[in-house]
Amino acid sequence: MRLFLIALVVAATTVQAQPSILGGTREDFRRYCAGCHGNAGDAQGENADWVDPKPRDFTLATFKCRSTPSGTLPTDDDLFHTIKRGLVNSNMPSWKPLPDETVMNLVAYIKTFSPRWKTEKAGTPIPVPPEIPVTADDILAGRALFQKMECWKCHGPEGRGNGPSASTLTDSKDQPIKPFNFAASSRFKCGTTNQDLYKIFLTGLDGTPMPSFADNFKGDDAWHLVHFLRTLQQAESPEKVVWTEWLSTHQGQLKPIGPEGQ
Amino acid sequence: MMRTFAILGVALLSASAPAPYMAGSVTGTITFTGTPPKMKPIDMAKEPSCAKQHATPIETENVVTGPNNALQYVVIYVSAGDQGSETPATPVHLDQKGCQYIPHVVVMHTAQSLEIANNDQTSHNIHPLPTKNPEWNKSQPPGSPPIVTKYENADFIPVKCNVHPWMHGYHIVLATSHFGVSGNDGTYTISGLPPGKYTLTAWHEKFGTMTQDVTVGAQPAKADFQFKATPY
Repeated sequence: MRLFLIALVVAATTVQAQPSILGGTREDFRRYCAGCHGNAGDAQGENADWVDPKPRDFTLATFKCRSTPSGTLPTDDDLFHTIKRGLVNSNMPSWKPLPDETVMNLVAYIKTFSPRWKTEKAGTPIPVPPEIPVTADDILAGRALFQKMECWKCHGPEGRGNGPSASTLTDSKDQPIKPFNFAASSRFKCGTTNQDLYKIFLTGLDGTPMPSFADNFKGDDAWHLVHFLRTLQQAESPEKVVWTEWLSTHQGQLKPIGPEGQ
Repeated sequence: MMRTFAILGVALLSASAPAPYMAGSVTGTITFTGTPPKMKPIDMAKEPSCAKQHATPIETENVVTGPNNALQYVVIYVSAGDQGSETPATPVHLDQKGCQYIPHVVVMHTAQSLEIANNDQTSHNIHPLPTKNPEWNKSQPPGSPPIVTKYENADFIPVKCNVHPWMHGYHIVLATSHFGVSGNDGTYTISGLPPGKYTLTAWHEKFGTMTQDVTVGAQPAKADFQFKATPY
C-alpha cells in the first residue's frame, strides 16, 4: 500500500506540478540541495563558488552516473541512487538518512529544470551480464585492454591518475578535472561494486572526459578490465590475491604499461 | 531586330527549362580587417604516432587565414527566407588523421548522418559539447568502425578529444541544406537556391556572426563578408 502511494506521488509530480506535493518538495530542495545547486537548479547556489568539482547544473540534464548510454537521460533509479549514495571525491554527500519518498520527490523535482525531460525518455539501461570468475588469464586480458584502450593516457600506467593527458583535462564547463586514482580509493564515482565499475565503462561519465566504451568492448572485455583495475587498488580483493600469486611466479615477464607497452 | 532576337532567345530558354524554377546561387569572399591572433604550432611529442605524420608541426586552426586577408572555415548559410530543404540521405564524413579533425569545421543538416572515422594508430574520444542537443562522449580505439551519429536540433557544437587536448573542431548543424564554407582563398558558393530574397548568416568560431540580405535571380548573386579580427 505504501509503495503504491509512493508511486502515485512520483507519478503526480512528474506529470503535473501539484502545488501541495511539489510545494513540500520545493522546500526540501531549497533546504538540502539549493545551497550548491541553486534555487533554479542551475548550479549557481551560494556555495557553488567554493565547491570543486562544481555542482551539477540540472538545466543541462547531463548526468555522470547512469545505467543508460552516453548522451541519453538517466533513469529515475539512477538519480535516486546517486542522491542516496553521494559522489565520491566531491562535495555531494550521501543523503541516505532522507526517507525514500523525499528522495523520489526530489528526483521528480530535479527533472523540472530541463525541457529535455518533457520531450525525451530515459535511455534503455545497458545490461550487466553475470560476473565471470577471477583468473590470472582474465586479469591479464584486462591489463591488455588497459594498454590497448589507452586508459593509461589519463589514469596513468599504474592507475594513479597521472597519465600524460591528465593535467590537461577539463570537464564540459571548462573546469579542471582529475582522472580517478585507483590506488587512492576503493569507492568509484558511481558506486563501490564490480557491477558499478562495469557500468561506468559502457555508459561513460557524461559531462567529463571519461568516454563510453560501449561500441568497443566485446564479450567479457569489461569484466576483464574490472578485475584488472581491482588489482591497482590498495584494498584487499579476490582479484589482488590471484594477481599477486601470478606475479610471484612470473616475475619480469610483463612489458610495462605505457608508450612502450604496445 | 537584335532586340527581338534576344527576347526570342529568352522565351526559348524559359520554354525549354523543365524545372519549375531556375536554381540560382550566391558566391562571395570572406575576408577580415584588423589583426587576427597568431596560430600556435602544436607539440604532439606525447603522441609520437601522430607527430611523425607531420613534417613540420601543424598549427591550431581557430583562425585560419589565406592570401589577401582571406578567412577560412566561415560557414555561410540561409538563415531566413529558405523555401524548404530536405535532410540529405547521404552521410557527412569527418576524419581523425594525424591527431587532427579533417575538416576542422564539418557542416550537416539536422538529422543527417555524420560518420566519424579514426584513421590514426591511437585512441581518440569524440566529445561534442552541444547546447541544443544531448552531450555525449565515446571512445574510438584504432581500427574501430566509424561512429555514426546525428543531431536533431540546429546547433554550433564545439568538439574535442580529451586524450589529445589540442584536437578541437566544430560540428555545425543547420536546418537548411543551403550553405557554403569558405576555403583558404576565402571564397564560398551556395548553389541550388530558387530565385528570391534571403538572409545569409556567416559564422566564424572566433569572430562571431554577421548577416546580410541578398536577392537571388537568374545570375549568381554576390555577398561578401568582412569580419573584424581581434588578436585575442
